[in-house]
Amino acid sequence: MSEKINVMLTTENMEQLQMAAMVASVGAVSGNDVSVFLSMNALKYFVKGNDHKAPVEGEMGNVMLEKKVPPFLELFEQAAELGDAKIYPCSMAMDMLEVKSEDLFDYIGEPMGLTKFLSDVNQGQVWSF
Amino acid sequence: MSDRILVDAKNTFCPGPLMELISNMKMAEVGDELELLSTDEGSAADIPEWVNKVGHEIVDSFTEEEVLHIVVKKIK
Repeated sequence: MSEKINVMLTTENMEQLQMAAMVASVGAVSGNDVSVFLSMNALKYFVKGNDHKAPVEGEMGNVMLEKKVPPFLELFEQAAELGDAKIYPCSMAMDMLEVKSEDLFDYIGEPMGLTKFLSDVNQGQVWSF
Repeated sequence: MSDRILVDAKNTFCPGPLMELISNMKMAEVGDELELLSTDEGSAADIPEWVNKVGHEIVDSFTEEEVLHIVVKKIK
């Protein structure tokens, strides 16, 4: 059965980004209606051409990098392309970083305000990372 | 007769094998069989869970030389 899964992503840490990407991608390809809201320190990774390395929080992050798990950006792209997940950049975070829609990866949707996201997540699960 | 498509996802970790299966599944025709190779132990439970949830069919599943083979038929 299809469910609405909402992911609020604000972290800059690798393990959290990875877990969020797994929830979004597996959720989306399993037929759920997935929306991801990108804000705070998470948004910078979705700017084209950026070379930010997400800091690891602990041992698991190092092990995951060593073992070459699928990178979180690749999983978000697959969530959008294979599972039709909608990924929305927070308009406030875009203003702060002074980035425009065209600066973000092509699979990222149009900017969304918090008010709209909150009204959209009125029903369904919310996952926060 | 339909083709069997080999999806070699050995040495990738969750959810790599599932994603590789799905991207190949998208390109396959209804009725095709895909044989997924995985060394990720979680795949043994996760892949059938996904296949059943979205309504495809597990045709065969076996382990050979520590590689898990899961054969999935695309139903829709």
